[in-house]
Amino acid sequence: MRRSERVSTSFGFLGVGLFCLVFADLSVSTLDPWQEMARMARGLVTPDFLAVDRLGEALLQTLAFALLGVALGVVAGFGLALVFHVRVVRWGCAFVRAIHELFWALLFLQMLGLTALTGILAIALPYAGIFAKVYSEILEEAGPRAADTLPAGSGIVSAFFFARLPDAFVHLKSYTFYRVECGLRSSAVLGFVGLPTLGFYLESAFKQGHYSEVSALLFLFYVVIATLRLWMRPRLIPVYLLIAPFVLAGGAEISLDNIVRFFTNDIVPYPLRSADVLDITAWTAFGTWTWELVADQALPGIVATLVLTQIALVGSGVLTLVFFPLVSRRFLGPVGRTAGHAFLVVVRSTPEYILAYVLLQFWGPSMLPAIVALSLHNGAIIGHLVGRFSDELALRPDHPRGLDLYAYEVVPRVYGQFLAFLFYRWEVILRETAILGILGIQTLGFYVDSAIAEIRLDRAMFLIVITALLNIAVDGLSRAIRARLRLATTPEIQ
Amino acid sequence: MPIFDLKDANAGYNGRAVLSNVSLRIEKGERVALVGRSGAGKSTLLTLLYSQRRRGSALIPQDPGLVKTLSVFHNIFMGRLHRNGAWYNLRNLARPMRREIEKVEPIVACLGLEDEMFTPAGELSGGQQQRTAVGRALYQQGDVVLGDEPVSAVDGHQARTVLDAIAEAYETVVLAMHDVDLALAYTDRIVGLNGGRVVMDEPSAGLTRGDLDSLYQR
Repeated sequence: MRRSERVSTSFGFLGVGLFCLVFADLSVSTLDPWQEMARMARGLVTPDFLAVDRLGEALLQTLAFALLGVALGVVAGFGLALVFHVRVVRWGCAFVRAIHELFWALLFLQMLGLTALTGILAIALPYAGIFAKVYSEILEEAGPRAADTLPAGSGIVSAFFFARLPDAFVHLKSYTFYRVECGLRSSAVLGFVGLPTLGFYLESAFKQGHYSEVSALLFLFYVVIATLRLWMRPRLIPVYLLIAPFVLAGGAEISLDNIVRFFTNDIVPYPLRSADVLDITAWTAFGTWTWELVADQALPGIVATLVLTQIALVGSGVLTLVFFPLVSRRFLGPVGRTAGHAFLVVVRSTPEYILAYVLLQFWGPSMLPAIVALSLHNGAIIGHLVGRFSDELALRPDHPRGLDLYAYEVVPRVYGQFLAFLFYRWEVILRETAILGILGIQTLGFYVDSAIAEIRLDRAMFLIVITALLNIAVDGLSRAIRARLRLATTPEIQ
Repeated sequence: MPIFDLKDANAGYNGRAVLSNVSLRIEKGERVALVGRSGAGKSTLLTLLYSQRRRGSALIPQDPGLVKTLSVFHNIFMGRLHRNGAWYNLRNLARPMRREIEKVEPIVACLGLEDEMFTPAGELSGGQQQRTAVGRALYQQGDVVLGDEPVSAVDGHQARTVLDAIAEAYETVVLAMHDVDLALAYTDRIVGLNGGRVVMDEPSAGLTRGDLDSLYQR
């Protein structure tokens, strides 16, 4: 029997995921997880909006960081998109977007201190890399035929504004809008490394067991995201961007000495600091330093990161196939669909970092909270997209119902799209997996975080670069698989 | 000096040959029809000719190559982007200028698109889009026009009006056409393609419909 390549690839990934499960630490180490979960559940249904100190400020700061960071990313990304055919630009963008916002924040904290610029750049830099890539793809796809037919000698400025930009504009706009939502999530999570955004207040409320405060913060965050379309009007954006800097004003001063020291000393591998370029012993010491770092931290970190990523990838896929009927017109009536939408919106609006953090409080530090958090979050995102895709299917009038409809008519038709979305999220899952190490799961982020705690920035930098390279490798592999299975290389996100 | 001069040209996509050993000379003032079954290589041959001589040539591709969010006026105006400076073009993009509208109006009228002048091209019917693409080529002016089935979605009577307009505006014309009667009526030379090879190259005068039937057989 000959299996289709898509099916055999799926089984391959399923097998790898199950194999990884053997090595994963799935223990629950807390004494009484159920009791803690019950307390949290009680807190969730009794949100206390008055209990949080400076609730409004937490929200304003989160918004201000997100808007300024994304805006800067848009401007830089658009400029870079225009020269994206230059190889150095492409590589540079791949590198900056392979590093998670939280890692950037950790680095900028060392360089710039606890300043507004740290938070803004932590978002703007990776986002610029993402915008550059996606914008250039959108511009590339917009009306290539129109550009071909322009008379010779039209000039690049006229050609761009007439043949490329008009048809691309609506796509650029909707992608940017989608990214604002991501920016809000990123901004909220920055609080976990000390910036004054939502995550900061969330963590302190959690540590004190004030679950009514936690739920108040989360509810407000959902409201902000759910109403995004109402307040995010093109006309109002300049107003927001003018107000945002005043919200963020204050904080520590930026020290030029710090910045210089960061580049010339802190991130230079320890054995090479103040050593002569021709000093053989320094280079030998550097070799040992590198080897020990690779063997003791990078390799175990890479293995744990990959194990967790592969399990979470399969988990996301399985949950997607469970979730998408909840929002599909093919399977549920309007009432059921509304409930399904509400559920998926909440799950996908919660940053996976926060989801993992919450579950970790219940179950203790193992891979289990991370697997569940990543699978839920990504399953909800892809489930939403696949559900919408399934609404567009043309089915014959006498199609079967129930499980037969699901298995025979719908899943086979959406499967290619499903795989495209899933492989597209692969590197996103990997990047997130690495960062969850900060919570104590021993992925690459764990070693980065420990190195920063020990103020060994040279090690942190080395490990972050390793993480970035791993991410780029997985991105390349995903691209190759998508090409081989003839899946869309860039599925429409919105 | 011939306008086009191909010698033993080959072309293909993904390793599959679409044109093999095509030699074709087209002199100034000639009106040539490329005929043959779909997949015979007409579009590829047109693209090849266009890539050889972009300056002074106007192209009407089969997929009309319009910018769907821009109006018919802007899409036609794009035929002359090369005659103006970038600032002038951008000003006219932001707000169409009276004098440019006046220049485009006769073309729009000739193509029967008066009522759609400021409709986004994406909202037009297939035939209207095709006429807009022809309008762009008419407005561009130059010495050669290369058209890939420029009237395939336009109905009979109007097709003749459109072809008349093309014939009047351009001295040298190369059109891929599947309508044999129109090809015989509007061109003076028929180049027949089959399986990526030139299998016929004769003056239109004296040819009949029946002579071309062989091109459409397997």
